Amino acid sequence: MPAAAPAIQLEGVTKRFGEIVAVDGLDLAVPPGVCFGLLGPNGAGKSTTMRMLTAQALATEGSIQVLGYELPGESKAARMEMGVVPQQDNLDVELTCRQILGVFARLYRVPRAERQEAVERALDIANLRGRADTIVRELSGGMRRRLLVARGLIHRPRLVLLDEPTVGLDPQVRQELWSLIDSLRSEGVTLLMSTHYIEEAERLSDTVAVMSGGRIIAQGTPAELVGTHAGREVLEIYGPPDRLTAVESQAIARGWRHRRSGPALALLGAEGLDGEAPQGVRRPANLEDAFVALTGQEIE
Amino acid sequence: MSADTAVPAPRRRDRVRRLSRLDPAALAGVMMRDVVLFRRYWKATTFSSIVQPTIYLVAFGVGFGSLVSHVGHVRYVQYVATGVVATAVLFSSAFPGMFNTFIRWQYQRTYDAILAAPVDVEELVTAEILWVSIRAGVYGLAPLVVGFFFGLRPHPGMLLVVLIGFVTGFGFCAFGVLIAAIAKTIDNFNYVTSAVLTPMFLVAGTFFPISTLPHGLRTIAQFNPLYHCVAVVRDVSLNTIVTADLLHVAVLVLWALLMWRLAIWRLQGRLID
Ligand SMILES: Nc1ncnc2c1ncn2[C@@H]1O[C@H](COP(=O)(O)OP(=O)(O)OP(=O)(O)O)[C@@H](O)[C@H]1O
Ligand SMILES: [Mg+2]
Repeated sequence: MPAAAPAIQLEGVTKRFGEIVAVDGLDLAVPPGVCFGLLGPNGAGKSTTMRMLTAQALATEGSIQVLGYELPGESKAARMEMGVVPQQDNLDVELTCRQILGVFARLYRVPRAERQEAVERALDIANLRGRADTIVRELSGGMRRRLLVARGLIHRPRLVLLDEPTVGLDPQVRQELWSLIDSLRSEGVTLLMSTHYIEEAERLSDTVAVMSGGRIIAQGTPAELVGTHAGREVLEIYGPPDRLTAVESQAIARGWRHRRSGPALALLGAEGLDGEAPQGVRRPANLEDAFVALTGQEIE
Repeated sequence: MSADTAVPAPRRRDRVRRLSRLDPAALAGVMMRDVVLFRRYWKATTFSSIVQPTIYLVAFGVGFGSLVSHVGHVRYVQYVATGVVATAVLFSSAFPGMFNTFIRWQYQRTYDAILAAPVDVEELVTAEILWVSIRAGVYGLAPLVVGFFFGLRPHPGMLLVVLIGFVTGFGFCAFGVLIAAIAKTIDNFNYVTSAVLTPMFLVAGTFFPISTLPHGLRTIAQFNPLYHCVAVVRDVSLNTIVTADLLHVAVLVLWALLMWRLAIWRLQGRLID
């Protein structure tokens, strides 16, 4: 069987807002059926990339294909088969859950005979059956987020864009959403998810692309990224600031990969430092180490 | 999964073609939202659409009417009752055009959500305007109904008022959308309300004939769509239709078409980055 065509393909995509270059010559190919994580600090261009996939932002340069449709010309056909969960809540605050889902079932052209069922299914996904007739304004933040996700799934899309889907959710709701994403993926749905929660990217994504300054600076499975950019082990050295500064200049002199991490200094790829390494605590390297090594940015 | 992703070319072409511009399903979906909201707010809307003409009729028709008994051959109360139709249409279309657009786009971000679905700006804007103008056309009858209690005589031609109100409302709603697409903040609407809409509504032959105005103003009034609306509404309601009414209707249609395209064009530029 030939390799399946990518669900999303971007080639040399640039997006400028006046002087600001939000996306800078981006190449990206998302194979069908995977959960693809876009990990990047604030302002990296994740949301802008997502908005270009629905043609709500038009690329200044480059070509974009979604589900085999050429954007922006055929974007409407692509949107038909694509669900979107935006970063910013844009639920209709004046409508009830059921009304919102009903309206979007129409907007996504769910046939009349299937609409009722689609709405009920979405209410189940959102776990809001008991609040179906509550006006959105009266829902809690977590409920709203769940409804936002369910709204994007009303038409059983085969591609779902999730822009920071779990921001501001309590751990339990986040877990629920994670299992939902898992089950979508096992149904063969392609997911593109942006996040700046490392744990989320690590736990859910088949492939993670680290985005910074509008381009992808590294890509691979979480394990590959950790292996390549942070090594197997990290050595964390604790101590008063002047000691850390001393170790840091030693690290610079010796060309050891390192980073400041709160009250500690972390040496990456510590498995290669045996014998000459300073005293510290060894632990396995994780995606956060790789991320910080790549972007130079600390993250929560 | 492979069956899903391997979309044969012919089917794909079909799909693309089937999603025409101004797809009725997209228009219906967007209007559905308005209908749902209307079910909640119809009481307030109906209340104000009855009370407003009543106030005008009492203040002008009865108050002024004691000074002015006729305009031409028309009793003053009939003159005002038919004239105020245009006012009702103006208020129930230009304001929703401005405020709903701005609020749904900027504050509630509803438009962002809709545009992520298979709905284009053209469809979104058209559906919103269609709904407002249908409503404006129907509520345009309210002043006539109120007028019946002040001595206006019912006439079958009055049913055409719905249509005229629809076309006029379409233009004014689209004008409102255009203003919302240009405005930086919602306060900017004050400029339009005071400098454009208020004079339009006063100098339209609603309360006094524009023939009483000095020549310059009279010429300007010709460019006021509301003036043309007032003229046709009065003629169909009082059964005094003349050929010139066709010209008035043509102006209203042109106005609606022009504003419609301008509104789409401007909002497209603001909604799509
Ligand atoms: N409509 C716009 N007009 C001007 N600049 C914009 C616009 N949208 C985004 N930008 C700029 O583009 C850059 C990338 O923004 P974007 O929202 O894509 O980042 P992000 O990766 O989603 O960040 P975050 O994690 O904070 O959501 C930022 O510098 C932002 O200020
Ligand atoms: Mg973002």
